[in-house]
Amino acid sequence: MLHGKQTWWFDKRPVIIGAATVVGPDEGEGPLAADFDLVHPELDMQQKSWEKAERLLLEQASEMALKYAKVNKQQLQFYIGGDLMNQIISNSFAARTIGSPYLGVFGACSTSMESLAIASLIVNSGSGEYVMAGTCSHNCTAEKQFRYPTEYGSQKPPTAQYTVTGAGAAVVAKAGKGPIVECATIGKIMDLGITDPFNMGAAMAPAAVDTLQAHFNDTGRQPKDYDLIVTGDLAGVGHPIAKDLLKRDGVPIDDTVFGDCGLMIYDVEKQKVQAGGSGCGCSAVVTYGHLLKRLQQGELKRILVCATGALLSPLSYQQGETIPCIAHAVAIESPMHN
Amino acid sequence: MLGQAISEVFVYGFHMTRKEAGNPTVAVLIMLSIILTCLGVYDKIAQWAGAGTAVPVTGFANSMCSAALEHRSEGLVLGVGANMFKLAGSVIVFGVVAAFFVGIVYWIFGIGLEAHH
Repeated sequence: MLHGKQTWWFDKRPVIIGAATVVGPDEGEGPLAADFDLVHPELDMQQKSWEKAERLLLEQASEMALKYAKVNKQQLQFYIGGDLMNQIISNSFAARTIGSPYLGVFGACSTSMESLAIASLIVNSGSGEYVMAGTCSHNCTAEKQFRYPTEYGSQKPPTAQYTVTGAGAAVVAKAGKGPIVECATIGKIMDLGITDPFNMGAAMAPAAVDTLQAHFNDTGRQPKDYDLIVTGDLAGVGHPIAKDLLKRDGVPIDDTVFGDCGLMIYDVEKQKVQAGGSGCGCSAVVTYGHLLKRLQQGELKRILVCATGALLSPLSYQQGETIPCIAHAVAIESPMHN
Repeated sequence: MLGQAISEVFVYGFHMTRKEAGNPTVAVLIMLSIILTCLGVYDKIAQWAGAGTAVPVTGFANSMCSAALEHRSEGLVLGVGANMFKLAGSVIVFGVVAAFFVGIVYWIFGIGLEAHH
């Protein structure tokens, strides 16, 4: 039910009863490698095209998520998903394999939390008992679609971000064991006029700040009510900007741990990822792989994941348009809380 | 520098004049660039070397080869054929346009220079 202006409060306390993550080789070399369910040693995953490889990631993640949740394909009532590809083809093809009724969503890199929020809303309203949310991205499909051919020798600026190869899926249910989805704040489009697609972190930072502030206003909570607040993929350039903007507006963000999935997934010092990770898979694999495990163990009591998305297309930026950005925040509570 | 070394090989190894050595040198550089692109290392060298790899003929070969590789999955005609010049096309267009204007300048001033002789 609506709480404040733009927050959904899930009074029935939907539970994430199973989640799984599948990643590529670079993520497998990162600091969170042990938290992922499957690491592919090759980027092509023995598929004929990058697009097929991306689809495979999502198919594997969703299959494992259902297995962990002990829910079969017939029991799954809805699947909500999206990705970065034109016409979200990775999800449409994966949904063909999953076989359940499907809603495709697009929120660029914020899709992870957008789909989780919608899945939780469906469960909370009693419109479905088992609903899965999923998303995926692949470094090479994103390079091919948004930038240059993968083997093209272009020099990337240090503000650029490295698209995560990975997929994450989570099954939300009315009851069961697992982390609880408390509430979700749906963001507005923020566009402060940045046109450089190699500096998306800076473009997305105001969107993250707007959604976080809306969340605090709607819920009456403070940063200290969370053990951890993470943004999706602001990375090395965008995350400090977001922190500065929050401080400027008097939000006591230092009362909590304020992190970023794009900085957590890679060893930014050692791995050649420029400013850090990005892509739909970034916040999905960090949340569903790393953070849910920490919640499960009770190491974290309550977290807020604010996934950020840059809603640009190759056409829009070539025509000189600015980058519209969005962020959606979902609060998740440990099952060991209370 | 690499080109100079290859050119020296042709001059001393194959007894060519400097002018004759030019064409096979360029061919060898293009070959090298394409091999490195196919092996997947050209883009890594470029991130380090920057314009050094982008400007010369090797960069041109890389732009065509990488596009052809990338779009191979969409078929030979609509994939490779249609996308090969995706990046290189603008180099050719603006190269021809620039040559045209340089030609006009040369034509105007060239006539002037000849008149002085």
